[in-house]
Amino acid sequence: MTTSRLITDSSEWTFSILERYNEVIGQIAANEFKLDTYPNQIEIITAEQMMDAYSSVGMPLGYKHWSYGKQFVLTEKNYRRGQMGLAYEIVINADPCIAYLMEENTAMMQALVIAHAAYGHNSFFKGNYLFRTWTSADAIIDYLLFARNYVAECEEHYGEENVELFLDSCHALMNYGVDRYKHPAPLSLGEEKQRQQEREAYLQLQLNDLWRTVPARPSERVLSEARFPTEPQENLLYFIEKNAPLLEPWQREIVRIVRKIGQYFYPQRQTQVMNEGWATFFHYTLLNALYDQGYVNDGFMIEFLQSHTSVIQQLPFDHPYYSGINPYALGFAMMSDIKRICQQPTAEDRYWFPDMAGQDWLRVLDFAMRNFKDESFIAQYLSPKVMRDFKLFAVLDDETQDELEVTAIHDEAGYRRLRLALSDQYNLGSREPNIQVWNVAHRKDRSLTLRHTPYNRRPLHDNFQEVLRHLHQLWGFAVRLETVDEYGKVELVGECPQTRER
Amino acid sequence: MATLIDRRLDGKNKSAVNRQRFIRRFKSQIKKAVTEAMNGRSITDIDNGEKINIPARDLSEPVFGHGAGGRRETIHPGNKDFIKGDRMARPQGGSGGGTGKGQASNSGEGEDDFVFELSREEFLELFFEDLELPNLVRTQLAKVAEFKSVRAGFSSVGNPSNLDVVRSMRGALARRIAMAAPYSRRLHEAEAELQQVLAATPVDEPRAQALVEEIEHLRARVRAVPFIDTFDLRYVNRTKQPQPSTQAVMFCIMDVSGSMDRARKDLAKRFFTLLYLFLKRNYQKIEVVFIRHHTVAKEVDEQEFFYSRETGGTVVSSALTLMADIAAARYPLSVWNIYAAQASDGDNWHHDSPACKDILLKHIMPFVRYFSYIEITPDRHQSLWEAYEEVREVHPNFAMQQIDGAADIYPVFRELFKRRVS
Repeated sequence: MTTSRLITDSSEWTFSILERYNEVIGQIAANEFKLDTYPNQIEIITAEQMMDAYSSVGMPLGYKHWSYGKQFVLTEKNYRRGQMGLAYEIVINADPCIAYLMEENTAMMQALVIAHAAYGHNSFFKGNYLFRTWTSADAIIDYLLFARNYVAECEEHYGEENVELFLDSCHALMNYGVDRYKHPAPLSLGEEKQRQQEREAYLQLQLNDLWRTVPARPSERVLSEARFPTEPQENLLYFIEKNAPLLEPWQREIVRIVRKIGQYFYPQRQTQVMNEGWATFFHYTLLNALYDQGYVNDGFMIEFLQSHTSVIQQLPFDHPYYSGINPYALGFAMMSDIKRICQQPTAEDRYWFPDMAGQDWLRVLDFAMRNFKDESFIAQYLSPKVMRDFKLFAVLDDETQDELEVTAIHDEAGYRRLRLALSDQYNLGSREPNIQVWNVAHRKDRSLTLRHTPYNRRPLHDNFQEVLRHLHQLWGFAVRLETVDEYGKVELVGECPQTRER
Repeated sequence: MATLIDRRLDGKNKSAVNRQRFIRRFKSQIKKAVTEAMNGRSITDIDNGEKINIPARDLSEPVFGHGAGGRRETIHPGNKDFIKGDRMARPQGGSGGGTGKGQASNSGEGEDDFVFELSREEFLELFFEDLELPNLVRTQLAKVAEFKSVRAGFSSVGNPSNLDVVRSMRGALARRIAMAAPYSRRLHEAEAELQQVLAATPVDEPRAQALVEEIEHLRARVRAVPFIDTFDLRYVNRTKQPQPSTQAVMFCIMDVSGSMDRARKDLAKRFFTLLYLFLKRNYQKIEVVFIRHHTVAKEVDEQEFFYSRETGGTVVSSALTLMADIAAARYPLSVWNIYAAQASDGDNWHHDSPACKDILLKHIMPFVRYFSYIEITPDRHQSLWEAYEEVREVHPNFAMQQIDGAADIYPVFRELFKRRVS
């Protein structure tokens, strides 16, 4: 009876087999695990096409730029030498969700990729709050197409070189072209009116004529010269797009394009562990369900587990190939752990996660997927068991100390500190320097002043001077960078163009 | 719900443009690397791609990032025997001790060279970029005397020998149908009506009579449409296209007398190879004529040219005479660009050198685009060099150089073929 359900026992795939896999996996994902996904568009491509997709950061179409060529050259080299297997999947956050399958893969691998990308990543893109807030999946392909055509048109009008150099400058600031907080939607007329009335009523309540007798102190206002922008701005590219005095309209549009694309990738940078963990957890879960229901045989599972195990391998810190924590491993472990806590809670789990223990694991996991990013996900869900399994320890490197110090290990005393430190490691604010637009001397030399507020006294990387040069290109007038240290002391660290007297 | 799309047939070189842009962008660095690579490798395998090293810092894309320093607490997996409060020395550099900066670097921090492979085409393109064949200028192409007659559609005028019968007859047929059309239609109608009239009883005699007359009249009109008209005639049209001569012949002349040893022949070979490659890039078709000589000259194939062993005295003029003869017999100037490269160790029978000069001046230099001579000797020049120096003074397209080692070839090559300001 079970043999009748078996999809194939061959390792070669055909289109009908893929369709069957996709159908079955889709059914299980939707019915048993309640995964909510965009419709899928699964594309079979060759290794060369995969390299192309790779070097354009996975975008199906991008404008032309040398940096993608550089990426391509690198990828090609590594692939040719066999130093690197190509990723067996690329998935694009779009509606419909596009997943690439490489033709070289075996039938098992294709099923794995379908489960991983077309249902795992896909449901994450659709559900996670960051993606919901910052990306519009249904419009991205059209926007990329627009961007490519627009850039090509500019190249035609203004010369390839000009456009390319300008793009260089924009790319340098791409990470500083994102909005981190949603601006409130403009108020409607009705709301505006209502607020005004509330305000009036409130003022009426507070009215006390005595206050009018208090003498005003006008001098203070005059002394502090009005700054522009009135509040520091963290979205540098947006600020440039709107305020740079000398940009041509096409240049503003290009700034906008780079900014939009940066914004599109912003959620991905913050949900690496979660996204990969979620997808890995679900390819594991889905394929096991396939096996339990007799759609695949033992051979398939052995091959699958072999591949799965190498994906979630975490090398120890003293291994020669160690390169940090593997997001697949950590994400998968945490997702699996949430399921375990729900199903078989220990006393420790009940103490640490009283809300989760014994609950419906699907609901808990779904909630976690929807409402967190790496930083908060780890802070919320990293359990002592996972820390013990990974044998995590924290090392403090403080330049004021001569030696490194182990500040916490996976024991009772260290769990909270470990968790906090690991969460901080995924905090974009700690990974990227905090640099904001501070002031424009719009009545003087129109220079632009940025302020860097160091995080934990970490200095800027040496190449900031280069970035300033790019910023200068965009702004058109002098650009300065200041650092505000922990005592509030402001120091000029760089400027472009350099002036003599400093 | 899901769509499966087979994209394998779509183009695969989507990134080719970006790759080209990358190469163009870093042309100066890549060219430097190419030059360095040339110095290091034998010219016989020039026809390959090349691995290029560029310092990574030259092509990093700067972004704001954190540098080393400050306070950071990093988490690592795989603890074995550490406990809280353990202290250890800060590891120097990225020794992989796991205690340094474990965070994935967010900028191109590594100082490793950026290594990648140039294809053969790209390599040669860069290698040849600022070399250009002397006197090979576009004006030459503009005033070429060669024309080729090519088909260019049909015309309504022309001479009888170019008449295209099929075309003309087709046009005539169409015209006949068109011109006869109104009469034929009425003719058919009249015939049909006549049939009816004749079939009916009683026969309407006057009507039938009228129809018969009309039919005859119409038939006459149809017959009057001419079978063929001058209007129908179509001639094959031919235009003359200027035909730039895109073929070159290259004469390789080498001294194989006893004094040319293996190493010298090798040097000569590299020189010829380089010239050959260079011509290959500029001409669609190249023929190579190998002439070797000791006391007598002989045209040989490439294998024999480089590898057969022969000894004897040296009479250079024999080779030059042979070359002039071959050029005159087989390579008319209107079709061929003639180049010559001669390699020798400078030895020549003393009394032969003036003769060489004469042959060159009279029979060779007026016809060749370029004549290059390399003398492979560390020694002092002999009579041949002096004779050739006189030729050089008269002809700017004569070049001579002295080399004495493999390392000298490339610079010599550049010297010989460096871009001339016209």
